[in-house]
Amino acid sequence: MTHFHFHDPYQPLDSPVHRLDPRVKLVLALGFILTATLLPAGAWLSYALMGAAAWIGAHLSGLGIRRVLRRSMLALPFVLAALPVVFTAPGPSWLTFPLGPWLVSVRGEGVIRFLSVLLKSWLSLQIAVILVGTTAFPDLLMAMRAIGVPRFLVMTFGLMWRYLFLLVDEAIRMLRAREARSVAPEIPGRRVGGTLAWRARVTGRMVGTLFLRTLERGERIYMAMVARGYDGEVRMLSMPSLSYRDLAPLIGGLLFLLGALLLGWMF
Amino acid sequence: MHIPDGFLSPSVALPLWGVSAGVSGYALRRVSRELTERETPIIGVVAAGIFAAQMLNFPIAGGTSGHLIGTALATLLFGPWVAILILTCVLSIQALVFQDGGLIALGANIFNMGILGALVAYAVDQTLRGLFGGRRGARSAAAFLAGWAAVVMGALATGLELALSGLVPAHVVLPAMGGIHALIGAVEGLITMSAVAFLATVRRELVAERPVAGRVPLWIAGLAMTLILTLLAPIASSDPDGLERVAKDLGFLQAARRSPLSLLPDYAIPGLPNPALATILAGILGALLVFGLVMALWLGRRARRSEKASR
Repeated sequence: MTHFHFHDPYQPLDSPVHRLDPRVKLVLALGFILTATLLPAGAWLSYALMGAAAWIGAHLSGLGIRRVLRRSMLALPFVLAALPVVFTAPGPSWLTFPLGPWLVSVRGEGVIRFLSVLLKSWLSLQIAVILVGTTAFPDLLMAMRAIGVPRFLVMTFGLMWRYLFLLVDEAIRMLRAREARSVAPEIPGRRVGGTLAWRARVTGRMVGTLFLRTLERGERIYMAMVARGYDGEVRMLSMPSLSYRDLAPLIGGLLFLLGALLLGWMF
Repeated sequence: MHIPDGFLSPSVALPLWGVSAGVSGYALRRVSRELTERETPIIGVVAAGIFAAQMLNFPIAGGTSGHLIGTALATLLFGPWVAILILTCVLSIQALVFQDGGLIALGANIFNMGILGALVAYAVDQTLRGLFGGRRGARSAAAFLAGWAAVVMGALATGLELALSGLVPAHVVLPAMGGIHALIGAVEGLITMSAVAFLATVRRELVAERPVAGRVPLWIAGLAMTLILTLLAPIASSDPDGLERVAKDLGFLQAARRSPLSLLPDYAIPGLPNPALATILAGILGALLVFGLVMALWLGRRARRSEKASR
């Protein structure tokens, strides 16, 4: 079961990063990831600067560098998809060795591109981990609305978040019920039960059941909302204005990112 | 299939962000116009349900297991626009909170799994049920193929984006992604098919209310098919197929090249200097031809049916 890391990543601590306005944090995180995307391959100095900034952020936030590093490893298996570039990039080869019937050569340009992709994606992941670790979801919703995400979408995100863990629990209960009713193989990996199509059909019915329960729950939720005065309008609290305490990190952070970007393109 | 940040070059990721934002915004306007206020809050709950349904897995072989993505199921139950909206929500939350896919790559991920998946699933379902009517077998086959095609086309798009970013050559990544996802897509298809069959038994109105729609959605279907074949065109061009191999071996390829009858020789349009652009244009032209053929078939069937009905 691969996707079982579904718990709220928010860590309710008190730190300078937690106290920062969520709008500032969201804009800075998006700016950071955009900068990482825009940097050319092989801009090692900029990568190092941004990595230092991410680690300072991780330390200041109280999440700790170790926790941020551990969570940022989750998406790294995708790096395998970038591995072929080591062998296929243009340019002179560093090292040639036989692999079965083929001659494989490691190319310098390819190694640079591969490492760059690795670092860029790792930097982006760390900043995303810090963002959701220090910002509660309702604050993220407020920040999203402030940067222009449509109101209806923000409301849908909110509803989704409210019922997400409930429905995930429902799914886990269904899986447990199926397991309780099934025999387990004595030798691990040995097939038990019906054919593949049969197993897929059982799962399809579970999906259908979960879906029906979701739909019926949605209808009940709607009734409850109407009973409390919902009329189809989305109303939200007005947002507080940004204070100077928040503006300084915003401007400073954006200038830093701009600097890292210029540095990466010039050297 | 969730692409993390850092893998796509800005010239691929940023335009796709724009495309996805535009299409999702259009879907948002359409859905909020068409749905009654009753249904709007339900979208959020259903999005959470799709998220949860992705956890329902089953063992395949050797420790691997398959699970649902859900684009096709959402499309078959709610139509493509609602499905695009639901998948936009699911993928956004996965990227923002769970780091499943990147934030700058979010546009590409929404495009591959949400927009393309929904349009492909819709096109396949509409075409098959339009051709073969509302029989049970046709409905099941349509659901299976819709699930399969949504996954495979999404995977091809992912591969193409990685190739365009200069990361992996197209002739490596496209067959690899397509091959693996042809199997993953079969799992998606089987689950989608049995979920639809189950829902048709217990809540008939959910499935039975899906009519085969009229012209504008068909145009969307055509667009989706165009996209499909456009994506397939580079494979066809980079990997010479059997016939061409034979022709080359026998030495009459040179003659064939000069033939005035071959409209689009080797998927390249004369007068266009850029081979990639020419390949894509040729793919679109070819797709339009295929689409026209399917459309003619469908219209013919409909005319015959209405003739029968009037008699």
